[in-house]
Amino acid sequence: MEQQLRVRVSGWPDEKGRYGDFGGRYVPETLMPALLELESIYLRCKDDPSFQAELREYLRRFAGRPTPLYFARRLTETLGGARIYLKREDLCHTGAHKINNTLGQALLARFSGKPRLIAETGAGQHGVATATVAAMFGLECEIYMGEEDVQRQSLNVFRMRLLGATVNPVRSGSRTLKDATNEAMRDWVTNVRTTYYVIGSVVGPHPYPWIVRDFQSVIGLEAREQILNLEGRLPDCLVACVGGGSNSMGLFHPFLEDERVRMVGVEAAGEGIDSGRHSATLSHGSRGVLHGALSYLLQDDHGQVAPAHSISAGLDYPGVGPEHAFLKERERAEYVSVTDEEALEGFHLLSRTEGIIPALESSHAVAHLRKLAPALGRDGIIVICLSGRGDKDVPTVASRLGVEL
Amino acid sequence: MNGIGAVTGSGTAGSGAVKGREALGTGVVTANRIDTAFEALRAAGRKGLIAYITGGDPSPEATAGLVRALAEGGADVVEVGIPFSDPLADGPTIQKASERALAAGTTPALVLEAVRSVRSRSQVPIALLTYFNPVFHYGKGRFMSEAAGAGVDGLMIPDLPMEESEKVRFAAEEQGLALIYLVAPTSPADRIRRIAARTRGFLYCVSLTGVTGVRRDLPPELAEFLGRVRMETDKPVAVGFGISTPEQVRGVAPHCDAVIVGSAIVDRAARAAGEGRDPAAAVYDFVRELRAALDEV
Repeated sequence: MEQQLRVRVSGWPDEKGRYGDFGGRYVPETLMPALLELESIYLRCKDDPSFQAELREYLRRFAGRPTPLYFARRLTETLGGARIYLKREDLCHTGAHKINNTLGQALLARFSGKPRLIAETGAGQHGVATATVAAMFGLECEIYMGEEDVQRQSLNVFRMRLLGATVNPVRSGSRTLKDATNEAMRDWVTNVRTTYYVIGSVVGPHPYPWIVRDFQSVIGLEAREQILNLEGRLPDCLVACVGGGSNSMGLFHPFLEDERVRMVGVEAAGEGIDSGRHSATLSHGSRGVLHGALSYLLQDDHGQVAPAHSISAGLDYPGVGPEHAFLKERERAEYVSVTDEEALEGFHLLSRTEGIIPALESSHAVAHLRKLAPALGRDGIIVICLSGRGDKDVPTVASRLGVEL
Repeated sequence: MNGIGAVTGSGTAGSGAVKGREALGTGVVTANRIDTAFEALRAAGRKGLIAYITGGDPSPEATAGLVRALAEGGADVVEVGIPFSDPLADGPTIQKASERALAAGTTPALVLEAVRSVRSRSQVPIALLTYFNPVFHYGKGRFMSEAAGAGVDGLMIPDLPMEESEKVRFAAEEQGLALIYLVAPTSPADRIRRIAARTRGFLYCVSLTGVTGVRRDLPPELAEFLGRVRMETDKPVAVGFGISTPEQVRGVAPHCDAVIVGSAIVDRAARAAGEGRDPAAAVYDFVRELRAALDEV
């Protein structure tokens, strides 16, 4: 235990798939051989220059990387504090950072020789990104999506179908991302011999949180180099929204050893923490096991998973990636939450000051800048991950405003 | 903890059940009910029947009566499920049963209470089936001690593979509870061997790649899979997932020591309750049918 207190913050997971206490592989035995196989495939590919070169080429020519690090002049002036830079993941092909991960995993799927991809999706961004790479690589694709999300993100559902994927609405439980993940796991347990499961965030059993983090780390690696070029120094603070936590982990991870860089993850407080209808897992949850990993969890007094809520389908999840739980307990990253209302204000703020309509997920991070930027002062530098664009959320925002489209 | 780990860790396939009993000493009698049941079956040359119901479905009060009905109908071991909000190894039947049980206010403590009430009238071996989070949240030490106190004999945790199970197994064994492991058709021989070395009571063979639930046909390669399992262990082998009819029970039994039936029983209880009939009578009749089929083997 004493050793754990002095433990490093980077270099995880260990050989058991742990980040300190967190992570692991809590799955049915049927899946264990597939997870062990995936781990060995990834170990081979990770340090293989030809694999990395191929992935880099797809990221560059297909996804449009590197994405710009953009100085948000009017937003900075409006908030009257730290200089704000936007890491423009919204400019990636398919409209969000999710493509970074699905390109990498599609290459792993090719190594595994499995002809079929499945994925869970909340906002539909990961579903679209999976359907996209499936089309590109000529693989079969099936997406699981909660029925509630199918309704509120209908644009993305239609995009997935245009790309040739089958979208299965999930009617069990809360009919959102958690239940879509359960259903994807059930499909995988049934078809594991022919199917590669493309998990969309830094969640799930080992090796997924590790693989997804590594593929998303391109965000932070680029941002680090770009801010050094633009400002000649590292930022004071990184900000990103946290649902499962893939865009935030991708931004944070390359900065973990830079002790003076603060990291703030912004969770969804939904209708307010006191209302009980929120998705602030790290801020208000406790340790628990869901979807294959030990992490933080929203749960009741008997270990039953509690329903989450957020206006943003991508943050509407009662779990969170195990490495985030580790960074929280190590106090390397801070986790705060903003409400649906505040996120909507962030959505409008960025649209009107910068001409960029952000995803409702990313709007949570934008909303927190209202507090953070003035507090850091004019000498401060903030890098915020703008994880996705807001087109998919226009109907949700319109209906909030009482506008019929 | 380490002492117990050392003893059980050294158990090799085949000798584990006997060694485990010796290691437990005389203080805990409850842990032997599953072992005793399989010894008796083996001596009589009979096949075992393991019957599952979801605890708390349709209500926590109904569970004790259903367990007794299963035992009286001829189940050698009764499996009682602790309902969980996210049962990702289960098909629609047990998902719905879990939802009904949770809606009726079922908690892990109430399921243990039901077992305690069975124990005042029946010595049928009882194993809990639970996902890991309710146990983790309860505290594994406290959970095992209360389960043992209620008269539970063993438990299986479908989302706790060998790699994550050591501390849980020690906690169970400290209380004389058998942690029953699962193997799957995807498990290679070396994993089957290592899992079988750890299991207590019996080895739970998942018949197919998939979730629980009634299937019209069992996979053609099932006998081959069970043959592979037999190569790796002498411990009792039980087969579950997808087995729902007397014909299927008859077909599978020659290849194993016991057959596990779950969803089909849950389904009959639910249908009876829905039609205003007595669920206990319905599952009793069904288990008798299964028992009769098994005794023909």
